[in-house]
Amino acid sequence: MLLGPALAVSAMLFSIGVGGVLLRRNAIVIFMSVELMLNAVNLTFVALAQQLGPQGQVIVFFVMAVAAAEAAVGLAIMLAIYRHRETLDIDEFSLLRG
Amino acid sequence: MTELVFWVFAGLAIVSAFLCVTRRSPVAAALWLILTLFCLAALYVVLDAQFIAALQVLVYAGAIMVLFLFVIMLLNLGRAGPSDLRGWSGRLTALGLGAVLVAELWAVRTVLPAEHVRLPAGAMARLAETQGAVGVITQSLFREYLISFEVTSMLLLAAIVGAVVLAKRKL
Amino acid sequence: MTPDLPSSVQLVWLVAALPLLGFLVNGVLSFVRPLATRTVSAVGAGVLVAAFLVAAWVVSGVVRGHAEGPYVLTFWSWMPVGDLAVDVAFQVDPLSAVMLLVVTGIGALIHVFSIGYMRADPSYARYFAYLNLFVFFMLVLILGASFPVMFVGWEGVGLCSYLLIGFWFEEKANADAGKKAFIMNRIGDAGFLVAMFLIFQATGSLTFVDVFAAAPGVFEVGGPTIELITLALFLGCAGKSAQIPLYTWLPDAMAGPTPVSALIHAATMVTAGVYLVARANVLFALAPIASLVVATVGAVTALFAATIALKQWDIKKILAYSTVSQLGYMFLGVGVGAWASGIFHLVTHAFFKALLFLGAGSVIHAVHHAYHATHRHEDAQDLRNMGGLARHMPWTATLMWVATLAIAGVPPFAGFFSKDEILARAFALGHEAWVFYPLWGAGVVAALLTAFYMTRLMLYTFHGPNRTGEEERDHLHEAPWIMTGPLVVLGVGSVVTGLLNLPHVLPGAGWLEHWLEPVTAAGMLSGPEFHLGARTEWLLLLGATAIAAAGIGGAWRFLRPETLRPAREATPEAGWQRVLARKYYVDEIYDAVLVRPLVWFSERVLWKVADTFLIDGLGVNGAARVTRFTGWLGTRLQTGRAGTYVGVFVVGALVLLRVLTR
Repeated sequence: MLLGPALAVSAMLFSIGVGGVLLRRNAIVIFMSVELMLNAVNLTFVALAQQLGPQGQVIVFFVMAVAAAEAAVGLAIMLAIYRHRETLDIDEFSLLRG
Repeated sequence: MTELVFWVFAGLAIVSAFLCVTRRSPVAAALWLILTLFCLAALYVVLDAQFIAALQVLVYAGAIMVLFLFVIMLLNLGRAGPSDLRGWSGRLTALGLGAVLVAELWAVRTVLPAEHVRLPAGAMARLAETQGAVGVITQSLFREYLISFEVTSMLLLAAIVGAVVLAKRKL
Repeated sequence: MTPDLPSSVQLVWLVAALPLLGFLVNGVLSFVRPLATRTVSAVGAGVLVAAFLVAAWVVSGVVRGHAEGPYVLTFWSWMPVGDLAVDVAFQVDPLSAVMLLVVTGIGALIHVFSIGYMRADPSYARYFAYLNLFVFFMLVLILGASFPVMFVGWEGVGLCSYLLIGFWFEEKANADAGKKAFIMNRIGDAGFLVAMFLIFQATGSLTFVDVFAAAPGVFEVGGPTIELITLALFLGCAGKSAQIPLYTWLPDAMAGPTPVSALIHAATMVTAGVYLVARANVLFALAPIASLVVATVGAVTALFAATIALKQWDIKKILAYSTVSQLGYMFLGVGVGAWASGIFHLVTHAFFKALLFLGAGSVIHAVHHAYHATHRHEDAQDLRNMGGLARHMPWTATLMWVATLAIAGVPPFAGFFSKDEILARAFALGHEAWVFYPLWGAGVVAALLTAFYMTRLMLYTFHGPNRTGEEERDHLHEAPWIMTGPLVVLGVGSVVTGLLNLPHVLPGAGWLEHWLEPVTAAGMLSGPEFHLGARTEWLLLLGATAIAAAGIGGAWRFLRPETLRPAREATPEAGWQRVLARKYYVDEIYDAVLVRPLVWFSERVLWKVADTFLIDGLGVNGAARVTRFTGWLGTRLQTGRAGTYVGVFVVGALVLLRVLTR
């Protein structure tokens, strides 16, 4: 019964996350927006799990595990970049410019 | 009653998500994000996913966000620096794409699972009572998804090793 | 239907192969051993003499065979394409037999003459190579059994004409003359091609046997298709045989060596048009309007060219315009349906015109030799630098008088009979339609003028006082026997060939006409009938003689060679004389009306706009620019900034979302 509203909320959160990724230049904040998007998706899965079965929750479980791994590695990379370049502004990193 | 709880925490989640994305200071953004995660945990409880809610608080808000804050502090990015929001062209693009996204999602708002695949109302709640909140997940996790489970543990191992190596000052 | 081949006829391929062999040998020699004059002479002239002998043997086979239809020898399949199957094949019948003998016979004589004439030329081997090649193509033309094979020969002789006219290409004027000839020919060739396309479309075949058999059934008499076909064919003839409006290349072609003028531009190549009309007599008989056009153009050209010849001073130019005029007679003949008469005049003309040209060659050779000896550089071809040469070159003078009498139409020389017959036919047709009377009249006036200008030529060249110069006179002498010998043979021919087709009122008449009947009979059946009463015919014969006499006598009486000055001192013409001398300014008119606008158009429009702007600018460079631009657009995506990539990513995801949720 709360499926519709739950999905709507999830959509809103996802959109905000997308907006954050597009609007910000600081790498860490962008990363946080990505986490926000992941959480929005988690909410979708949980809402559907209430209607369709426990598989949805199992998926959320795995998402969280992978998100944790990804956060660890991603932040380590940002550490390395910051140490090298003194900035986290993603517009500064254009060595792959073609 | 449930609905009220739902809407309160849903609204709070959205507001704090918005604030998270628009703060200048990364620390502030991180804290707002933690609030968002807590609200989401509440929503999970309302949606009969108690174990997931607990995991959300433990893992996401408790571990991942702590790691974020850790790194922010390590790099001394705490203070609010000059705004790193994009200029008007970036905002225009973001606004446009955001609007498109909202429109598309709005278009599919009525797409719901068909009647015959849906469980009867309250089925998940009853399941939680009989098998226990944890049991709901683990019944399938350790049976059908056992291999995925084991692979995930290896993934985590790889992540640990990778993070340690990447963050070293000297290799 | 094609009858069984006699063994002699089967050798006809050899007649064409021999000159081709000569071309190959002489061609190689011209690169490897250009000074091997004896070998070149032996090969060059030898293959022609051999070809003539084989041709005579082949024709004897035709005579003995008494076949009803033509012999067709197929060598190999050339173009089997869909519904069209064109083979390389030769057709041997009475008509091609006549042409065969003319081409190889006169060709052989001219080759022998050339040995003497071109002896001192450094490009001796190249000359004979080209001349041999020409004979080969001419033989392909007359022996071809289908329009495409004939067209190969047609184009080939055009090519050789270009090569030989511009033989001394170091002089720009000679090269230009070669180009002019080739280009005007090409205009005519377009007509030939269009005609071929239409013939194939209507009859489904291009071989003579098939087309002429099917024609009466496929085309309605006087219908638009057949008229168009025959007019297109005649356009080709006008180009190749120098009729109005495509005749101006022939006088310019005199830039080539004189034996070339004799062979190509008198006896053989230019007669290809007449041969074509005679060959396609079935088609022309079905197209009365086109035939009338042919006859009219022929008559008008005959008259027009004769008037120009009256006031020319270059001996070869006079003969060139004379050739144009005589070709006009031939077309008048085939235009009124007198196929045999046209061919008859072709044969007699080949003899006396070749003789005239070769004789002129001897004269030019002698005068040039004289000027060379005294180190003066006067024009050796100008009549005003000649005079009284009969004293120095008696043989040449006598033989050229024989040819002059023949061309003027004095009995019993050959030209009398052939020319008279054409005019008689035209006169007879006047009974059917009055329009033929003016054509006949034009022919008569042209005959008068022919006699006049030829006598003028002889008078100023061989009689009266000599204007070449005091010292030169000692160096003037008769041509060597190798040059005069062929002249003798041609002289005999100029007298004797008249017997080929005597008029009906005389005994032993119409032999050539009878011989050509298997080819021309089909054309006669759908053509107009004509009969002339015996009395009318005698009157016409006498009238023709009188005309000839009047022309010769008039010239002899009224022209005063004593009053001529050498070319260097000559006073320029005025009034109507200048118009004739400048050939009615036709070349200048063509230049202003056709050539200059075409050049302007080519430069301003085709080059500057179509080529430079459109094709280069838009097409080639434009394509490059578009490609570069597209590439540049691509680079705009590769900013190296994660933000851009994320944006693109989101856009892609949105598109995917849209697609998946349709």
